[in-house]
Amino acid sequence: MNVVVCVKQIPDPANPGKLTSDTHTIVRDGKLILDDSDAYGVEMALQLADAAGGGEVTLVSMAPHGETSGLRTALAMGAAKAILISDDELAGSDALSTAKVLAAAIRRAEPDLVIAATESTDGYTGTTPVQVAEVLGWPSVSFVKKVAVADGVVKADRQTETGYDSVEVPLPALVSVTAGVVEPRYPSFKGIMAAKGKPVEELRIGDLGLDASQVGAAGARQQVVSVEPAEARKAGEIAVDDGDGHEKIVAFLEQLKVI
Amino acid sequence: MAVNKIWVIVDRQGEKIAPLSLELLTKARSLGGTVEGVTWGDADAIAADVGKYGATTLFNVGDLAGGLPGPPVAAALAAAISSSGAPDAILVPHNYDGRDIAARLSVKIDRPVLTNVVGLEETEGSLVTEHAIFGGAEVLKARFTGEGPAIFVVRTKSFAAEEGDGGPAAVTPWEIPDLGATGGAKITDRHVEESEGPKLDEAPVVVSGGRGLGQADKYSMIEDLAKLLKGAAGASRAIVDAGWVPYSHQVGQTGKTVKPTVYIAAGISGATQHMVGMKGSKNIVAINKDQEAPIFSIADLGIVGDVHKVLPKLIEALQGRS
Repeated sequence: MNVVVCVKQIPDPANPGKLTSDTHTIVRDGKLILDDSDAYGVEMALQLADAAGGGEVTLVSMAPHGETSGLRTALAMGAAKAILISDDELAGSDALSTAKVLAAAIRRAEPDLVIAATESTDGYTGTTPVQVAEVLGWPSVSFVKKVAVADGVVKADRQTETGYDSVEVPLPALVSVTAGVVEPRYPSFKGIMAAKGKPVEELRIGDLGLDASQVGAAGARQQVVSVEPAEARKAGEIAVDDGDGHEKIVAFLEQLKVI
Repeated sequence: MAVNKIWVIVDRQGEKIAPLSLELLTKARSLGGTVEGVTWGDADAIAADVGKYGATTLFNVGDLAGGLPGPPVAAALAAAISSSGAPDAILVPHNYDGRDIAARLSVKIDRPVLTNVVGLEETEGSLVTEHAIFGGAEVLKARFTGEGPAIFVVRTKSFAAEEGDGGPAAVTPWEIPDLGATGGAKITDRHVEESEGPKLDEAPVVVSGGRGLGQADKYSMIEDLAKLLKGAAGASRAIVDAGWVPYSHQVGQTGKTVKPTVYIAAGISGATQHMVGMKGSKNIVAINKDQEAPIFSIADLGIVGDVHKVLPKLIEALQGRS
């Protein structure tokens, strides 16, 4: 079974994010890393391909400046190859444009299953995976916390407000997985060395038959009106616990009439 | 452009209308123009309430035959737009099914979506949204520039739900177009996980735990404290990612937004990812070993201390009172 995992390479979330002053898009100039959320999808894909007794895991990613450092992390985990779409025309793309680009690249890989995180850590619109499924004309199961594949059918547990639904869907299909769904492996030294030699096919939008008017800032059809500091919350009383910290909390809750 | 017509996706919670959909109906009513609801399943049962909150019509996609709502609801919306015109805006709840519906609809009608909306006003003839970015430190305002309909996916608790005085909404059936392969996912079984006490996003008190708890089994302290305060137990992304607690407990950007009367953060440092989901709480109590933890910058009461010492004493003190 061949699996595509959509992965995003993002600025390190440990550093404060920034927007460009002119277009108000996220600054992605420095080194990009594999979004933590995507490690779960990569791990899940590797396990499913293993369980199916064969097949390849292919990564599909869209990033500026031919960025591959995050892809190398996922290749080191065990993915076989990657398709990277990198094109200046893609700057300012929204979720819908991104989905069109990813779907076009996924078609080239002809997978049985596509896995994505439910949302990225930096942009977190949370619509791209299902938009990809709709562009492909495929069924999808979002917010999946458990997945197995047998006889061409995906069996997935999908998160609901009150518990979860068991869902079945025939391949080809897309699933978006929540964090914590599996324990991502750490790349081994051997894996890291092997990743350097794995193929990364770099494409431009023209290679995918897409037009510059459909993607990037031109395709986004939305604009940022303003960015302003939010009303700041003031810090209140800070006390060091000398064995009486709990009493301060009890007094605070009493004052609020919560207890 | 004055707002002439808004559609609101009406989702359920059990038999009733989901609180978030009531918030959206209230907001749509306040923007003026006609408000119409879109739902599935038994529409007659909720038509009176949908009307009370401002919708005159309730379009009903009907029985989904075990399918997930995303594909049929999006296809029915797209068909209605193509046959009888689009509203100015479609308000979609930011929940599991809502995001599926918005995503599929946006591709079908080739229109972008604005998600994580926390504010919406009409300004100089266009609908301007608000979004909390960088952990809520900044507010970004945005608007669509192209043709409508504008698809907005709105986070919970962004607006208050208030009843109006409208009569029952008129239920109008919508047919589900042929879904092809997209309708292939079927629900084979539903599992309700019994959780005692109130729901996370409705509880007056929320107690959340983070990495500072040290290990998974210490989360029971969070649950015990939440129970004593008749509240709900939440979690930071770090411990959900680590597999200690299910995703449904996650508070933050990628989880739930909560605005309780009291939020108690125990062993949570206050990553921007977490703060955006809880900084709207009326009162915040933080317990953390690290005096420099960002969570203290927004706490009304901060206790610099070890959660393993403070929480057991707090639990004991509260047990003594009940």
